[in-house]
Amino acid sequence: MTETPDKGRENADPRGSAAAMTVSEVDAWFVREILPLEAALMHFLLRSRRSPSEADDLRQEVYVRVYEAAKQKIPHPAKSFVFAVARNLLVDRVRHEQVVAIETVADVDTLAVAIDEPGPDRSVIARQELRRLEAAIARLPRRCRQVVVLSRIEGLSRREIGARLGIGEATVSTHLTEGMYRLAKVLYGEPDAKGGKP
Amino acid sequence: MSLAGQQMAHGGAKDVDLRAAEWLERREREDWNEADQAALDGWFAASSAHRIAYLRVEAAWTRAHRLGALRRPNRTGGVFAATGRLHLLARIAAAVAILSAAGAGTAIYFKPLPQKVYATAIGERKTLALGDGSRVEMNTDTVLRVAADGRARTVWLEKGEAYFQVRHDSAHPFTVMAGGHRVTDLGTKFLVRTDAQKLQVSLVEGSIRFDAPDGRMREPLLLAPGDSVTAKQNTIVVTRNSERELARDLGWRRGVLVFDNTTLADAVTEFNRYNREKIVIADPAVAQLRIDGTFPNENLAVFARAAQQLFELHIVERDGKTVISR
Repeated sequence: MTETPDKGRENADPRGSAAAMTVSEVDAWFVREILPLEAALMHFLLRSRRSPSEADDLRQEVYVRVYEAAKQKIPHPAKSFVFAVARNLLVDRVRHEQVVAIETVADVDTLAVAIDEPGPDRSVIARQELRRLEAAIARLPRRCRQVVVLSRIEGLSRREIGARLGIGEATVSTHLTEGMYRLAKVLYGEPDAKGGKP
Repeated sequence: MSLAGQQMAHGGAKDVDLRAAEWLERREREDWNEADQAALDGWFAASSAHRIAYLRVEAAWTRAHRLGALRRPNRTGGVFAATGRLHLLARIAAAVAILSAAGAGTAIYFKPLPQKVYATAIGERKTLALGDGSRVEMNTDTVLRVAADGRARTVWLEKGEAYFQVRHDSAHPFTVMAGGHRVTDLGTKFLVRTDAQKLQVSLVEGSIRFDAPDGRMREPLLLAPGDSVTAKQNTIVVTRNSERELARDLGWRRGVLVFDNTTLADAVTEFNRYNREKIVIADPAVAQLRIDGTFPNENLAVFARAAQQLFELHIVERDGKTVISR
């Protein structure tokens, strides 16, 4: 029950520690600091005239590089690090493709400005979070939405959901998987509907 | 070729994200077992991208769970399947209404309401039955104030520890104030403990909202059962408790202290909360020894004897204190 008094202080500022982070510390940091930047990052990547699926792949690559770097040392500030990685990746990509796309290269340069744009509002209060969740859930396909609501909000088991909706448990699982995938995409990948930025 | 290029050859980010969702879905099923866990660990080991995709989908799913944490306790689920989205919106509206009502509670805080003070002595336990049907079990050495206006819905925990079983009423949120923090019940059983260093709130059942003093947190925390918040001078940490840990923290309700790989130093601190006669450890090395077991919290002799026999320690009575040394 009691703890050593110093523990709290370490938690307060992980950047202060020179030692390599543990996996769970990096995980927690990633969820707290990096995932909320996803909407801004996607905006940044899509502006470089990449297709949505290509932007997703680049986003994944940025995440891997940021995560690997964080295992050695947590970068600070996180936001400029993420966008520096993204910019370098775009430059590499343009070079690698050997496509003389002057427009694209120019675009990469102008994109540097995007770093200073406000990212997704991290100081959302509970009510905004609720609205956002509601909007995200409302956008799920009908069956998928029903399954997600019964699972997350009503707390029903897969069997109970299946019985309620007259579908098999395997189908419930498929809808849940789809719901998880889509919620992550909307909650992290898309800008706050109200905020309008970036 | 870049790393991303290699990954694309194996299927793009979308595939990885979908796989991560599949794993999360499987992991939530009741039949998840060690072999499944080993398979998931293997998948993680194959690429950081896998682990990150999983973290991401899990974090989003946890956020969606918070919506559930705000639902009203009376379950009218049958209506939902038929009315679809409308009903969901009604739920959200209800949840927002609860939050607004909780906000309005702040005003009450500043009104000088008549209050009643309840206290327990060291070693004493007391249960209060409040006018609204809620119950408060006070642990040792605890002081709390209750607004005594007939339908008391605000309790100030000045000192010590108490276990709350709240009769839920969304129109009149039940609020516990402790060290400037506010715990608002949304239908609940929870434990609050405060001392000079920290405030700890553990949720056993239902859901609660936790607010820090002005500006300390970006947003209030919504706790799910098993969540525990520890607020110190500069940090607020949320942890998950296993059932065993919760049972340990609630041991005092049965008059026992439960130790689980606990240092003697911590064990002694706990005993000293319940007894006027204090135990002192005279040797820092002894303080770091670890002990397991369940002990009556007001019987120092049982604990002292166990420690003595386990570790071959010396125990002497000196100046009304029990001194433990090598």
